[in-house]
Amino acid sequence: MLEIKDLRATVADKEILKGITLTVNAGEVHAVMGPNGSGKSTLAQILAGHPAYEVTGGSVTYQGENLLEMDAEVRAQRGVFLAFQYPIEIPGVSNAYFLRAAYNEIRKARGEEEVDPMSFADLMDEKMKLVEMDGAMLTRSVNMGFSGGEKKRNEILQMAVLEPKLAILDETDSGLDIDALRIVAGGVNALKRPDSATIVVTHYQRLLNYIVPDFVHVLVNGRIVRSGDKELALELEARGYDWLLDEAVA
Amino acid sequence: MSSSIESLVNREYQYGFVTDVDTDTIPPGLNEDVIRLISSKKDEPQWLLDWRLKGYRRWLTMKEPHWPNVSYTPIDYQAQSYYSAPKSVTPLQSLDEVDPELLRTYEKLGIPLNEQKFLSGVAVDAIFDSVSVGTTMKAELMEHGIIFCSLGEAVKEHPELVQKYLGSVVPHSDNFFAALNAAAFSDGSFVYIPKGVRCPMELSTYFRINAEGTGQFERTLIIADEGSYVSYLEGCTAPKRSTSQLHAAVVELVALKDATIKYSTVQNWYAGDKEGKGGIYNFVTKRGKCAGANSKISWTQVETGSAITWKYPSVILQGDNSTGEFYSVAVVNNRQQADTGTKMIHIGRNTRSNIVSKGISAGGGQNSYRGLVKVMPKAEGARNYTQCDSMLVGNECGAHTFPYIEVGNNSAQVEHEASTSKIGEDQIFYLKQRGLSAEQAVSMIVSGFCKEVFKELPMEFALEAQQLLGITLEGSVG
Ligand SMILES: Nc1ncnc2c1ncn2[C@@H]1O[C@H](COP(=O)(O)OP(=O)(O)O)[C@@H](O)[C@H]1O
Ligand SMILES: [Mg+2]
Repeated sequence: MLEIKDLRATVADKEILKGITLTVNAGEVHAVMGPNGSGKSTLAQILAGHPAYEVTGGSVTYQGENLLEMDAEVRAQRGVFLAFQYPIEIPGVSNAYFLRAAYNEIRKARGEEEVDPMSFADLMDEKMKLVEMDGAMLTRSVNMGFSGGEKKRNEILQMAVLEPKLAILDETDSGLDIDALRIVAGGVNALKRPDSATIVVTHYQRLLNYIVPDFVHVLVNGRIVRSGDKELALELEARGYDWLLDEAVA
Repeated sequence: MSSSIESLVNREYQYGFVTDVDTDTIPPGLNEDVIRLISSKKDEPQWLLDWRLKGYRRWLTMKEPHWPNVSYTPIDYQAQSYYSAPKSVTPLQSLDEVDPELLRTYEKLGIPLNEQKFLSGVAVDAIFDSVSVGTTMKAELMEHGIIFCSLGEAVKEHPELVQKYLGSVVPHSDNFFAALNAAAFSDGSFVYIPKGVRCPMELSTYFRINAEGTGQFERTLIIADEGSYVSYLEGCTAPKRSTSQLHAAVVELVALKDATIKYSTVQNWYAGDKEGKGGIYNFVTKRGKCAGANSKISWTQVETGSAITWKYPSVILQGDNSTGEFYSVAVVNNRQQADTGTKMIHIGRNTRSNIVSKGISAGGGQNSYRGLVKVMPKAEGARNYTQCDSMLVGNECGAHTFPYIEVGNNSAQVEHEASTSKIGEDQIFYLKQRGLSAEQAVSMIVSGFCKEVFKELPMEFALEAQQLLGITLEGSVG
């Protein structure tokens, strides 16, 4: 589904990604771990098409097509979803209005009919349950005044509504208490399908107790320095990143 | 920097066409003879001619104001015509007599004037250059005693009302453009709502500038008698031309005891091209007087057009417990400049004013908010709340805020809040990541920003305003 080959990228003329290679197949869950500043969010943002990052080398193929040539909205319409590490606030735009607009755009792109507000409300009822979110959140402005945990839950709600093929969760676990973590992970697990894949970016192995990865990759200083199965995450938990840092430098 | 917020190409202005009609146009220039000629063409009484001449003589002693934060090439007041009217329009004609070419024009503008197609729940006075083409729903309004007609017609049919109130809020000597308007005003709308009547429909005036090389100097007068209510809407468009045209209008509102006037404007005059050529200079004086106790005047404006906007809809809060409101969205793109805001003059006790201003600047547009809140010594318990937000789209535009506060009574409470935000690449990216196009994203962000103002507009107009905003900003992101 996704094939990243020797991807290099800069931001503000600084090289952040220094040759990333990663293959993700349908049905798989990949965890990307690594210390702060190693380039995890950069990778996530580049896959989603953020214009501030410049790809300087390598390739990314998504469903057989060159992902890097697609506009951000086209990627979204083709099923790429990024749960933001720092969700953005949009004052004055209600969550429900925003979600319906997004849902309809994506339906249109798939050649499906737009839904009216009534049937959308029914859909929302069902999806809100998944993330145990209160209906009042829908009438509030997008992410405005949301607590950290509410913002993250709102990201998963959007994911639940938009039903992506490739979901990238960027530190969705950070700032969540244990209950919220359980809810968010439960939501992600419920949305897993054989034809979709998930990339979970995280700093801590905690989340991986709930979302069990098929593969774990460690990103250090713009490179994947080690890949393994879920045992690698446990090893990182026990030993920290330092030993890998040393290896990366060596 | 790899920025998606760049490249400014405006979508074509949709109302830029010209109607081909034979006109009766007075040659360019302004002097006492021209004023006499205008007055005689309109068959006006002596008192009105005298008032015009007073305005003219006053104007000669005044200087064009240059304090607004706008710049333009000097206006040659002798180079433009002060009166132009389609020959086919005759005084006091009925709607079935209106020239089909003019009917077609209004239909193209989305304002059908013939009986079968009236907009439901809205009465329209259609002003074409210097004259009113016709007013719909008149008979129905008359059943409630409501007068809604052109000012010219009101001068003939209701001279006592016009004479009593004309210039009572914006005197002939008020300011340079108001004096010019007093001297040369063409047509405009007149509204009178009798005591205790709640006007059963929206009243609206649609202003169209068509002739080239003419200014438009309309004058509107609305009187809400005791305990009455009216909601009034104003819309405007003009053809695309490479030379600028002056629009110096005056609007006077009078709300007597317990009366409410809600005045909404969706201004969409031609804004000029991307390089700033052409477009309307919109120099307008709008003022309301809350003359009686418990009266209320509420201005809502959505300013999307014009090359230059200079406009401060104001309220004189004379009656005790009266309320003044000003809700404004002003958007500038390309080379547009807007200097707009309000004045709230608190005179009576426990008077309240509420100001919400939303300025959006894109392209190379410059947007200034200028507001005065003045509390007179006797205005015990006066309160004002001002909220003034600016939004920038891109890096070439500007937003400026000039609040003036003068408080002459210690019991007054005046609050001012201001903010400036930039539509961030991150906001646009967030929405694009959810499948929306860049333009939908900007339009959604801007509509959210303007929400508090849009909710003050009657429903259909809120939708229109939202669309206009989208069109004005189109091309402001790449
Ligand atoms: N927009 C940006 N401008 C400048 N530097 C950036 C920007 N985004 C990320 N960086 C830098 O790139 C590096 C990697 O950041 P990031 O991808 O956010 O790391 P992680 O998510 O792994 O913590 C950091 O040194 C960070 O400061
Ligand atoms: Mg990060």
